[in-house]
Amino acid sequence: MSVETGAIVERFETSLAELDVAVTRTRPTAFESTLEEVVREPAVGTPLPFASVSLPAWVDARPTPATLESAATGVTAASFGIADYGSVVLPSTPEGAEQVSLFPELHVPVLRERDLIADMPTAIDRLGPRLRDGESAIVATGPSATADMGALVRGAHGPEAVHVILLEDGEVSDGE
Amino acid sequence: MSEAREEKAAYIRHLLETEGDAVAENTQGFNQGRYESVAELEEYEALKDEARAIKEDAIERLPELIDELTETVEANGGTVYLADDAADANRYIREVAAEKEADCLVKSKSMTSEELEVNEALEADGVEVIETDLGEWVLQVAEEAPSHLIAPAIHKSREEIARLFNAQFDPDEPLETAEELTTFAREWLGEHIRDADVGMTGANFITADSGTIVLVTSEGNARKTAVVPDTHVAVAGVEKIVPSVEDVAPFVELIGRSGTGQDITSYVSFLTPPVESPVVDFDDPDVPFDERDDDREFHLVLIDNGRLAMREDEHLRETLYCIRCSACANSCANFQSVGGHAFGGETYTGGIATGWEAGVYGYDSAAEFNDLCTGCSRCVNQCPVKIDIPWINTVVRDRLNREGDDGQFEFVYDELVPDEEPGGVDVQKRLFGNVETLAKLGSATAPLSNWLATLGPVRRGLERAVGVDARRPLPSFERETLRDWFERRGGHAASKERAAEPRAERGDREVVLYPDVYTNYVDVARGKAAVRVLEALGVHVRIPAVPESGRAPLSQGMVATADERASDVYAALAEHLDAGRDVVVIEPSDLAIFHREYERFLPEASCERLRKNSYEALEYIYGLLENGADPDALRTGGEEIAYHSHCQQRTLGLAPYTRSVLEYCGYDVVESDVECCGMAGSFGYKSEYYELSMDVGERLADQFTAPETKDRLVVATGTSCGDQLDDLLRRDSRHPLEVLDPATPTY
Ligand code: SF4
Repeated sequence: MSVETGAIVERFETSLAELDVAVTRTRPTAFESTLEEVVREPAVGTPLPFASVSLPAWVDARPTPATLESAATGVTAASFGIADYGSVVLPSTPEGAEQVSLFPELHVPVLRERDLIADMPTAIDRLGPRLRDGESAIVATGPSATADMGALVRGAHGPEAVHVILLEDGEVSDGE
Repeated sequence: MSEAREEKAAYIRHLLETEGDAVAENTQGFNQGRYESVAELEEYEALKDEARAIKEDAIERLPELIDELTETVEANGGTVYLADDAADANRYIREVAAEKEADCLVKSKSMTSEELEVNEALEADGVEVIETDLGEWVLQVAEEAPSHLIAPAIHKSREEIARLFNAQFDPDEPLETAEELTTFAREWLGEHIRDADVGMTGANFITADSGTIVLVTSEGNARKTAVVPDTHVAVAGVEKIVPSVEDVAPFVELIGRSGTGQDITSYVSFLTPPVESPVVDFDDPDVPFDERDDDREFHLVLIDNGRLAMREDEHLRETLYCIRCSACANSCANFQSVGGHAFGGETYTGGIATGWEAGVYGYDSAAEFNDLCTGCSRCVNQCPVKIDIPWINTVVRDRLNREGDDGQFEFVYDELVPDEEPGGVDVQKRLFGNVETLAKLGSATAPLSNWLATLGPVRRGLERAVGVDARRPLPSFERETLRDWFERRGGHAASKERAAEPRAERGDREVVLYPDVYTNYVDVARGKAAVRVLEALGVHVRIPAVPESGRAPLSQGMVATADERASDVYAALAEHLDAGRDVVVIEPSDLAIFHREYERFLPEASCERLRKNSYEALEYIYGLLENGADPDALRTGGEEIAYHSHCQQRTLGLAPYTRSVLEYCGYDVVESDVECCGMAGSFGYKSEYYELSMDVGERLADQFTAPETKDRLVVATGTSCGDQLDDLLRRDSRHPLEVLDPATPTY
């Protein structure tokens, strides 16, 4: 891993720690076992657009309204991560990534290290052309929350917990 | 007290008792959070400038952007409807609901939809409307209006919400904790979102280039509302449009921080409808999403409702830059005490509500709460788009003054109120706006005037006729004014000699000490202290006759009078400025008007010249000490000090100078951090607001009666803060100049 990537990963992890959001870094080869540790079953997901990994069979990758509602975990891909804020950028897809990231009590965004960027202006610069193409995306930072009931409560219409899985990039190496 | 004043006072008292505690706790928490969060933001000021520039540009080009957005949304497959007013918007929305044969519409929080009262309109057609934002839903259940722009139920405690839910829904187990309440609400609302035919959201921003609706939320309800049903209606004021996606960037970093003090909210949704996400259709529970082929419908309802006219109004126009973050409300000392039910009209609340209500509903609505802005200016630096909110309040106050009917007191008053205003201005406002005339009279007749002012019948009369609260001690006028004293001791020539002692090479600096009304007629002691402190540091002083700055009429909304004063002040100072003399100002609110509001009254060059060469007294002294003046020439008594900086002084960024000077001279200083003393000029004298001003003052009193401050010498830089502290505490306050005055013995 290059020094620059190293710094940005560290920054992303620090930001997530401040949000009380768990993050697990994993090599693509260990993805399934990592997912197994993280996920609460039953789990639903939407296809991951990364060459190095795919969803294991025990994650329901073709959710329906019924399975969506009964799922404890939703696994979706994140287009990129914003190191300064610990945010993940979640695209809306015809397969239902928006719903899968929103309904279950635990959301597991899967993200590649190389897709980490430093800050918000860079994120929005990237979003510009996509949105102009008609796409939609959510900049999600930590779980949903409300303070309307007299104290901070997590899980307000959305997940109460987020666990980020960060895929180490196969091809870049720091000399190992 | 007049009936109207008594009624207003009673309402404020009621809110202080019922909602005050919850509002205070929440707003102060948000406010503190904001200070912490923006402190971490590098480039905070640059981001604000950028945000403002984007809004200026967008409002300037608004008609063109509306056209561009309409094209974009239609090209995306949605529809745009530009509604003239609420009725027009509601008619359109009802048609959409009717066409969908909708039984239930779910709605995420939107002030714009409150403005439309769309719920009532839809319910008249038999459509059930459910608020899904938890706070908004609490209010829907309670049948109440929001009291805050972003935290609508801020005035309700957890216990109250629990009582409400338990009574209304009679759950198996009584609900108690915040978690239990949230879970219950989530489930109840989840069922309705599931069954809804239409979802309605607002929009924080809309991008003309892509047709994207940007929603800033921490709960997931807006996302569900927009994507679960197949029909999405977004309602938004036309001012929400920005040219491009990239323009949203500074706002994303500013909005959460400005509002609740979160660095960023959980979700910033960029939805470009009709969205690609599949509909969550529970009538087809087993059809996988990827097999669906949904034909989503999207309607953007853009609301004019007075906005395009506001755009043409040079003073109200700025209101349209507002991103409704609520920072102005959270940083407002009065709002912290009474909250939005006192601080808002039909829909909007908080500092900027005056502009919104005046533009959307007209001046009567804005009039109800316009007075609650004391002009302390604490909100000015907190606004992420740099709106001069107190100015909007002042303009609206002025317009309201001009609408008033002909004053029946005119004949008694003419002598006393030599202002520039039409006859209709309320007598109470007139009295405070012409304070200089009163001060002259009071001083000329002192001590008789002072004795009179203490008499019960006089005070009761003043309260009845003009609403000066009898519980507030009146200022006591000095027979010998500061200027008289200064002349008696030899005027400028003598000052020059004194400043040169003991070395002739000293005394080459010369200043004009601005004799503000209070220093000249009431607190002459602080004026004398200023003269002696400056002389001790080698500066000789002039005190020419300069009229009142215009602050007093301005705070009553008497803009024409303030304008006239600005010219008079400049005329009186111009020669001194030409001669290279600095102007030293004791009263921070007067310096603030020179620096901030005079640009609206004077030619740019004059204003710039005065601004560049006028200094707050302690700021000036700081500069002298930095440039080698000898602090030992001052009184270095070493007391422990509790210091409260005037609100205007803090807004100008000048508070640290006083503190530094005191510390430099060996004093140990603890500084208050409440937003304002609550007095803010005339406000605390007005009978309808006396209790509110004391409630705000309690926060300051609490800081100065804590164990570590209770024995400290209280020091305040503003007249009103000093008066308020004297009323709140058992010990007298001093001006820092008196502390530093070499002629003062120890306290
Ligand atoms: S006026 Fe400024 S501070 Fe107040 S709500 Fe609007 S944007 Fe926020």
